[in-house]
Amino acid sequence: MTENPGGEPLRRTPLFDTHVSLGGRMVPFGGWGMPVQYPAGVLAEHYAVRNAVGLFDIGHMGQVYVSGADALEYLQWLTPSDVSRLEDGQAQYSFLCAEDGGVIDDIIIYRLGRDQFLVIVNASNTDVDYAWMQAHRGDGGRGVGTDGVNLTLLRPDRTLLALQGPRSLETLQRCSDTDLSGLGYYRVTNADVAGVTALVARTGYTGERGYEIAFDERHAGAVWNTLLEAGSGFGIVPCGLGARDTLRLEASMPLYGHELDRSVNPYEAGLDRVIRFEKGPFVGAEALQAVQSAGRSRALIGLELTVPGIARMGHAILLPSGEVIGEVTSGGPSPTLRKSIAMGFVPVGQAVEGAHLLVEVRGRRLDACVVTMPFYKRAPAKRRVAAPSH
Amino acid sequence: MSNPTDCRYTREHEWVRKDGDTYLVGITHYAQDSLGDVVFVELPEIGASISEGTSFGVVESVKAASDLYAPISGEIVEVNERLRDEPDLVNHHPYEAGWMLRVRGSAGSSFDGLMDAYAYAAYLETVH
Repeated sequence: MTENPGGEPLRRTPLFDTHVSLGGRMVPFGGWGMPVQYPAGVLAEHYAVRNAVGLFDIGHMGQVYVSGADALEYLQWLTPSDVSRLEDGQAQYSFLCAEDGGVIDDIIIYRLGRDQFLVIVNASNTDVDYAWMQAHRGDGGRGVGTDGVNLTLLRPDRTLLALQGPRSLETLQRCSDTDLSGLGYYRVTNADVAGVTALVARTGYTGERGYEIAFDERHAGAVWNTLLEAGSGFGIVPCGLGARDTLRLEASMPLYGHELDRSVNPYEAGLDRVIRFEKGPFVGAEALQAVQSAGRSRALIGLELTVPGIARMGHAILLPSGEVIGEVTSGGPSPTLRKSIAMGFVPVGQAVEGAHLLVEVRGRRLDACVVTMPFYKRAPAKRRVAAPSH
Repeated sequence: MSNPTDCRYTREHEWVRKDGDTYLVGITHYAQDSLGDVVFVELPEIGASISEGTSFGVVESVKAASDLYAPISGEIVEVNERLRDEPDLVNHHPYEAGWMLRVRGSAGSSFDGLMDAYAYAAYLETVH
């Protein structure tokens, strides 16, 4: 087991020993000891999610329960999205933004009921996010009173698994008496899973159909094993952080610390759709309004290398003339497309699809082409109704 | 997988095998297992010189790039062209089809000074 470079002891999810016994290679990630891969390897795990089903332990992610009479107004103040658009049982991708519009974290908000929300945050940001959320509870924004909002960090009591892939519904349904076939994308419901009361959401970080399952961490081992057993006929494999990263890169999903951080605003990352000024004031609104008026200066682009090689975070992006114009934020092989892909920021004038750019990899300048994101988009679900015959 | 006794080994987990009047170079089973799935191997040009202990190329796994270090000094006479399309040969056959370089050793080459399979096995015990 690798020591945490930060010196603090690494946190463990309740499945730590399970991962070790499955041959998981444990690495430090966001202060946690997590499996980067199992013996099958990153590529096999990646293909399992694209073609069948894979199971991830994501118990390192932070879960904050927000409740109280002012919970909705509080989240309206805290985030740039319009949380009032959520119905019970619906989820929304959003941000915590600083006053200057920089991204503190990207989050998912689940509306569980009237005045009840669950906010999922990144593992490495959990403490910062929770402190930020507490600090903005009683700052007077949108007239929210401290008494009207309760915040609870659900760690370590609740854990989280992700079941992802085209066979995820069949796998999950074999473990549940609740009919989950009607659960739509970005919807959440209470369900029993392996006899355990759980919150099941049709969300994920892979670009594939899938579910995220939250429940009492005391049942982690039982639920994990039951899901693996239920998926064995479909080719399920446990998947680590390595496959999680290649899958989200193919789906062009941002990763905090790469595409998003305090120096990046959502417009630059191409996530304009999240921001809703019409809902009224929120933290960072003025700065983001200014960006919207003036236009973003740089943009996140997708790159496909047209020669052999792999671009990685930190590699320079250049014009064919040799002028450095930006930097790669994430890059790697796309196992599904069998291409070498990357994301990075460049001045908005250079973010032109089809443009020829270069990436400097260890002194070599590799040809690349600006391409549309997402790199990978799953085929639409099979039509349930047979085409009329003539 | 055991390490072949006809090879010599470095502390950076490369192997060298004498093959007639040249040497074959690759990375060990331990190295490929640590790296995980190999997706790209960047090798030098034929005719280039390599120098013992210095980087001659890079092996890219899904997650990261790792330098390859020359176990001996000499001139590259052949590189394994199959690795361009089948880099996973390094994972599946590290001592055979996954070889990387064929080198004509320079005079006084250090082949005999490298670890043999037994010494390398003992060394691996210390790095686990």
